[in-house]
Amino acid sequence: MASLKPRVSVEYGEKATIVTFTDEKILEERDIVELQQSLVGIIEQSEKINLILDFANVKFLSSAVLGLLIRVSKKIYEQDGQLRLCNISPRIYEIFKITRLTEIFDILPDRAEAAASLTKEP
Amino acid sequence: MPISRSVVVASTPSAVVDVFNEIQPGLQANNYSEEDIFAIHLSLEEAFTNAVKHGNKMEPSKAIKVDYSIEPDKVEICMTDEGEGFDPEVIPDPRYGDNLYKPAGRGMLLMRSFMDVLEYSKKGNSLRMIRYKEKRNPKSAGKSR
Repeated sequence: MASLKPRVSVEYGEKATIVTFTDEKILEERDIVELQQSLVGIIEQSEKINLILDFANVKFLSSAVLGLLIRVSKKIYEQDGQLRLCNISPRIYEIFKITRLTEIFDILPDRAEAAASLTKEP
Repeated sequence: MPISRSVVVASTPSAVVDVFNEIQPGLQANNYSEEDIFAIHLSLEEAFTNAVKHGNKMEPSKAIKVDYSIEPDKVEICMTDEGEGFDPEVIPDPRYGDNLYKPAGRGMLLMRSFMDVLEYSKKGNSLRMIRYKEKRNPKSAGKSR
């Protein structure tokens, strides 16, 4: 039977849609496929989304999640939207640093700073 | 207490969970830090994913053999798939140029960064990786620029 546990929680703020990953570990292929479907669904609800991805609950992820983030970011940038990542633990930040994905993702310490970094246009 | 074991598991992505669940208590019993356990877990995941996807081509009838030893000062993991192997030298560096924007190809870089030794067999279907205890920071990544 397919897992029914939620993979993300979604909040619709004034400046941005905030998606929080609810799992501590994001590893398995089917989890990543489910996550991508959820995120693409959220992105497609808007013409031009400002999306903040909150990693506060995430303690472990594999490189497959980095691939997911790249695919999601392409989708957002295609519609001229903005993407911010926040609340990434030091260990997981190390993964972004090693792979140089810190160069292509805007990573902020927390939600407030992520929201503040968004340019006004939605 | 040193632990040495060999397990053979089905070539399915989720089988790595059982392998790590078997290794983890041995790491804790030998006083490996959370940093060490994170690094070993990540490297095991990346190696296993490569073995399932690229080695055994997602064929669940194939198997993956994992030999591991946990000693007080180092952990060694050897993993062998039933694939045709590959040349690790031809894998492009995912950190530069267009590769930075590709969704895949970062597993080997992460293993090299989080482990102290990463070696492939001549055929390329078997790898050996070692992490020494109390290595606090991942190596600055790779050689090629």
